[in-house]
Amino acid sequence: MSIQTILLAALDGLSYGAQVFLVAVGLSLIFGVLRIVNVAHGSFYAIGAYVAASFSLLIAAEGWSPWLTYPAMILSACLVGIVLGGALEVGLLRRIYGKEQVLQLLVTFAVFMILEDMQKAVWGVSPYFIDAPLGLLGTVNILGINYSIYQLVIVPFFAAVVLVSLRYVLRRTRLGRIVTAVTDDREIAAAMGVDATRIYLLTFMIGASFAAFGGALASGSTSLVPGMGAGMTILSFAIAATAGLGRIEGAAVAALMIGLGRSLAVYMAPEFDVLVPYLIMFLVLLFKPQGLFSVQQTRKV
Amino acid sequence: MRPEFLPGVAAALVLALVPLLVPWTTVMLTIALAIGLSVLAIVVLLRAGQVSFGHGLYYATGAYTVAFLVKARLSLDALILIPLGGLVAMLIAVAFGFFAVRYRDIFFAMINLAISMVAFSLLEKLYHITGGGDGMNVARPTLGGGRLDRAAFEAWMFYATLAIAALAGLLVTRYLASPLGRALEAVKSNEMRLEYLGVSGNHVLHVAYAISAALAGVSGAIIAIVNGHVAPEFAYWVRSGEFVFIAILGGAGNVLGAFAGSMVFEAIRNHAAALAADYWQTTLGLSLIAIIMFAPDGLTQLRFKRNKTRP
Repeated sequence: MSIQTILLAALDGLSYGAQVFLVAVGLSLIFGVLRIVNVAHGSFYAIGAYVAASFSLLIAAEGWSPWLTYPAMILSACLVGIVLGGALEVGLLRRIYGKEQVLQLLVTFAVFMILEDMQKAVWGVSPYFIDAPLGLLGTVNILGINYSIYQLVIVPFFAAVVLVSLRYVLRRTRLGRIVTAVTDDREIAAAMGVDATRIYLLTFMIGASFAAFGGALASGSTSLVPGMGAGMTILSFAIAATAGLGRIEGAAVAALMIGLGRSLAVYMAPEFDVLVPYLIMFLVLLFKPQGLFSVQQTRKV
Repeated sequence: MRPEFLPGVAAALVLALVPLLVPWTTVMLTIALAIGLSVLAIVVLLRAGQVSFGHGLYYATGAYTVAFLVKARLSLDALILIPLGGLVAMLIAVAFGFFAVRYRDIFFAMINLAISMVAFSLLEKLYHITGGGDGMNVARPTLGGGRLDRAAFEAWMFYATLAIAALAGLLVTRYLASPLGRALEAVKSNEMRLEYLGVSGNHVLHVAYAISAALAGVSGAIIAIVNGHVAPEFAYWVRSGEFVFIAILGGAGNVLGAFAGSMVFEAIRNHAAALAADYWQTTLGLSLIAIIMFAPDGLTQLRFKRNKTRP
């Protein structure tokens, strides 16, 4: 295996890891605050990608500047997160917070099934491919390898921005402190006068927007096919679980690990590339059942 | 005979008459009974308050085991192939169970989902071994030593499936009433107290997991023989989701409910699904939400208080 192949795999892994990090961090954030694993999370990813692709097609059809596709990605992420995510939280999830975890899982699973059908109904089953964002920036030559700037710079850049700003907000701002407090102990936080309902809604919208943003970025480099949401739900869960559910920075490390592992597998044993993320997850959980960056929790009898 | 088995025996006797009166329902009923075994697998886990979104894996294992054995031209009888399918599924579950049963709730459901999706991808990608997305054809095996024509084979497969389903129903009822089965309810309600009694919750769940996988494997093996074809979709999350859905629909804790639910489900799929084929999952999803939100009393087995959160 040549040095170039390894470099290529590393670049692929970085780009892929950055993209799945965005989705996984949303899942993790939502779990931290709402204590719900949203099985429909991958649907936000898929719908975000489709909405961004539709915007790109609209921009191309109207003859507007193709540079508008970038703000359109952010716009579609916010749109999906706020409208769809908000509707889901207010309309459905809010009614099931008191119920058992199994029931909560079943409800989000049902939502996932419904959203899968809706994607097919709205965008059809034929694949979409949008090349405007990728083509605009061209490629860069690294050690004799031509690599697209979009995948090398833009995607990891946005992931880093999300990570840093999330870290800043959670550590330094009043809102972030409140979210951290709710994550830590919902009941005490509520007793201190935190309006948990509002925080839940806000967190869910933000988490869903991250997933949709990951999808929007993916729409620039991968073709969109039905069923992409299912794979992403499981992958982002694998990342969040490897890191420890609710760990934000840990998700970045786990996403990078899994991204690199997967892209190495793509070059060495392409049949098994889907296996690698889960293999990493199983290995980590075998030794650290709560995830890499988990904190010890006291058991309540 | 114990009185609690009477409804089951009566149902089996009535069912045995149906193909004689309405012959065109034979295959549909066979499929419904076979799917009912997979639903029963979910019901066993629901006793412990756990749900698996990945039982398609064990269903597919049973089905592909039969497909490979038939392809290998060992000329095994259907009555040998079916238990073998269950056995292989159970062995995989015993091995994977060492990992899976350490987890509860969210993690248990999602880890099962993850492993089944890995299996799905491998079945699809390892084209030379598994036939890829096209799946494999399963030639009609002998049944009870005889090589039967299509109509006779279908009829006798129905009776074989009915007998297997009745046996499975009986055994699962006995198992759930045994100390090991009762311990499952304790895993659901308060596992810590169970452990203070000196019983390992993980072990109790491991046994249930293996039994549950064997049921799903037998179910897949029957479907492979009846359909004459297996495909990677057997391991896809939609299939696993359907099992869970039927288990909830049929009234979660109930052995007979598993089969009744799968009969209703199969009938609806055969007739109503043609009207709204594109919205099949939406229909399932909406009914699932409706049951959970508005008819929670139907979910007797799921209503429990769990304060403890374990990953």
